Amino acid sequence: MQDPDILQEFLGESAENLTRLDHEMVELERRPQDRELLASIFRTVHTIKGTCGFFGYQRLEAIAHVAENILNELRNGTRALDTPLASLLLGAIDAIKRILAAIESTGVEGEVFEQGILADLDYALQHPGASNRREAVGVVEPAIEPPAPVGSVAIESCPPAPGPEPATPREHEAFATVRVDVGLLDRLMNLVGELVLTRNQVLQFNAAQDDAVLNGIAHRLNLITAELQERVMKTRMQPVSRVFNQFPRLVRDLAATLQKQITLEVEGAETELDRTLVEAIKDPLTHIVRNSCDHGIETPAQRRQQGKSPSGRLRLRAFHEGGQVNIEISDDGAGIDPERIRAKVVERGMRTAEQVARLSDREAVKLVFLPGFSTAQVVTNVSGRGVGMDVVRNHIEGIGGTVDLISHPGQGATVLIRIPLTLAIVPGLLVNAGGERFVIPQLSLHELIRLEGEAARTAIEYVHETPVLRRRNALLPVADLCHTLGLMAQPNPDELNIVVVQVDGRRFGLVVDAIHDTEEIVVKPLWQPLKSLNCYAGATILGDGRIALILDIGGIGIRAGVTMPAGHAGAVESGEGGKPVGPVADARRSLLLLRAGGLKRLAVPLSKVSRLENIPAEQVEFAAGRSVVQYRNRVLPLVSVSQLLDGFPPQQTDVLQAVVFRSGSQDIGLVVDEIVDIVEEEILSPFATDRPGLMGSAVVGGLVTDFLDLDAVTQWASTAPAGSLSKLEAALFTEEQMLAAEVAE
Amino acid sequence: MSTLYATFLVAGHYLGIDVLEVQEVLLEQRLTPIPLASAVVEGLINLRGQIVPAIDLRRVLKLPPAGSGQDRFNVVARSREGPVSLRVDEIGDVVELDAAGLSPPPENLDPAIGGLLRGLYKLQDRLLLVLDTARAIEVVRSAVSAANRSHYDAKTE
Repeated sequence: MQDPDILQEFLGESAENLTRLDHEMVELERRPQDRELLASIFRTVHTIKGTCGFFGYQRLEAIAHVAENILNELRNGTRALDTPLASLLLGAIDAIKRILAAIESTGVEGEVFEQGILADLDYALQHPGASNRREAVGVVEPAIEPPAPVGSVAIESCPPAPGPEPATPREHEAFATVRVDVGLLDRLMNLVGELVLTRNQVLQFNAAQDDAVLNGIAHRLNLITAELQERVMKTRMQPVSRVFNQFPRLVRDLAATLQKQITLEVEGAETELDRTLVEAIKDPLTHIVRNSCDHGIETPAQRRQQGKSPSGRLRLRAFHEGGQVNIEISDDGAGIDPERIRAKVVERGMRTAEQVARLSDREAVKLVFLPGFSTAQVVTNVSGRGVGMDVVRNHIEGIGGTVDLISHPGQGATVLIRIPLTLAIVPGLLVNAGGERFVIPQLSLHELIRLEGEAARTAIEYVHETPVLRRRNALLPVADLCHTLGLMAQPNPDELNIVVVQVDGRRFGLVVDAIHDTEEIVVKPLWQPLKSLNCYAGATILGDGRIALILDIGGIGIRAGVTMPAGHAGAVESGEGGKPVGPVADARRSLLLLRAGGLKRLAVPLSKVSRLENIPAEQVEFAAGRSVVQYRNRVLPLVSVSQLLDGFPPQQTDVLQAVVFRSGSQDIGLVVDEIVDIVEEEILSPFATDRPGLMGSAVVGGLVTDFLDLDAVTQWASTAPAGSLSKLEAALFTEEQMLAAEVAE
Repeated sequence: MSTLYATFLVAGHYLGIDVLEVQEVLLEQRLTPIPLASAVVEGLINLRGQIVPAIDLRRVLKLPPAGSGQDRFNVVARSREGPVSLRVDEIGDVVELDAAGLSPPPENLDPAIGGLLRGLYKLQDRLLLVLDTARAIEVVRSAVSAANRSHYDAKTE
């Protein structure tokens, strides 16, 4: 009997090796001359063979042995790799996988007979000319054109392998890494979550105290916790290559079966996200890739007819943007014909002809996400364009992500998936309703509206007792959160707070009693029976130790009756002036993102910013009751953003972070709590606000961002009337001095 | 074979559960209500970072509701889905009783209540009702989903 731990390690390691083998084999097919790649494949197979022998798995060993021999011939240059041979070797990898799966479930090699593949391998080994035994029997081989240039020529020109393999860096890397049980990482993440909550409590307590020592400790605790949280989250991160690596093989096989030529391009495979999410995107991505190969990319003949290169391109691209991971799957195939989608939706009775006619082409294409659009229900089934795209969307939205589809008929289609980096700690907006606090996940947020006085009383109108809000020529359905949850409302006729949320591409307004800050919250699971309420996505513990429920916006929408389970989409969307919100180049702006006081995401156009400065707190002086600092022989007025916007003094720190910008001839320093990032992002759905100091807000990188009004800052910095400066100068300096100063500039 | 029972009072009734099922006993905790959930679940409590549902045993046992402002105790019991707090009026002693002395619930007792009991002990001065924790939690579970269903039924009518 084997030690189960060692066996488990062997299985884990082999699984990783085999995934890599898949990837490398396909790569080798493309670059048969790559000796390093070949050496790596040979080593991996050799390792598998060795360990199989050690564990006494004879069947495994036999397959690995013959495969190794063939690889050895390839390595020695005595035989060349062609497509049938590559298929055969891939088949051998599959056989090894099947046997390993049997070992994992039963502990023995089991009933799996892999005689066929073994015979094929043996035959190939003994007949170097004909690499496939079945060719004689007339089995149709995939019609992939062999990769050019023909490998044998290149290999012959290489010197034969000089004896033993040179030592590789791979072996040394092993010492720098440790294998850790995933359960341990999960436990660590939970503990960090606890620590984050405790930190929040300490910070809240500290804010109420006036103790310099405690303040210092709290500040340090804050920094360390943030860093620890980031690092622990990093340990759980895995590159998306874990999923991407399967695609070269999948695409190759699909291309062979479909008689197509497909080149797969992968970009950003090193992009990392939480391991649970890597698992979760595997099926949806596989499905989309299958769809693209099957229905997107045309056959070589069709492509030639349209003047395209016979080989189709499938591109996978992953990248970070705005705290989220974006994954793009694009092909240069036929795209999706919006007319066909419209026709099909009408034919299935899911929409009326008038409804679909109103939709823009871009919106019409998105109808493939409708539940029941396709007849097939299973994700893995491949039949008909848009098979189970609703399942894909459900999967992605289930992990807090979004899916978008853009099609250019005749030129290709792109599926864009956005997913959060992690699910354990997410930003959320705290709101009050009926005396209780609730959290709205930031991902569902679209915009915040606050109306006061007369506007608050008249903003909501009723269509047949259905409350709606007029917003930029569109009517937004509105629901009262208190009413929806059956809570006692605490009406305040002079104030109306509406959180506009978005779910499944549909928007609605939620009326709440008060809107608080956004906070990093640790998502805790809810007692299982309570999940059936479909209104709460979980719960979290706030800084004061109290619990707040996290709202499931989709469920709330359905309960409130503002969204239908299988929706009347489009109406709301197209009402927004029908303007497609595509990636328009000129909507992208470079922004400096800041955090100050209660505002977690403030933006200033980067073009206005002269410099970023760190100013030691002891250098700050006061002139006429205002904070100033001597800066490049001038006096730089400092404006605290949190003071300006919230009326609170800025955080006490040893070093002030300042954004210096120029207004007229005057430099002004904006003191902020943190300079978060510089981004180049699209600015979506801007809306004005009447909050002094802010110009308005917009969605930047998927998050609502407030835009600072620099004119207001300037005014605040110099309330003195214009002209008083020259009066002062005249009183202080002689004319010559002033002239000299001007020349010196 | 004797068993240790943690005992408590609920609306004048003397109840007990196997001590092995008890994780801990807490004084009155701040409750966060769960809108729309059945009243059987009084709310959520923060048990050192873990979010635990608090169950009103009075409602589970169809006893009159507690007066407002009355402090109550939480008997945190282990369940399949993690700890669950049973809200009780007062905490009693831990008593050791012989399994042989356990008699079935009387036949004229409402079966909805009798079904929640493992049985009872006829003690000298009073009766000790032995609660079947798993059953009680099961009752809560079905009450929660029933409340949810009735909401949707009402909507579709």
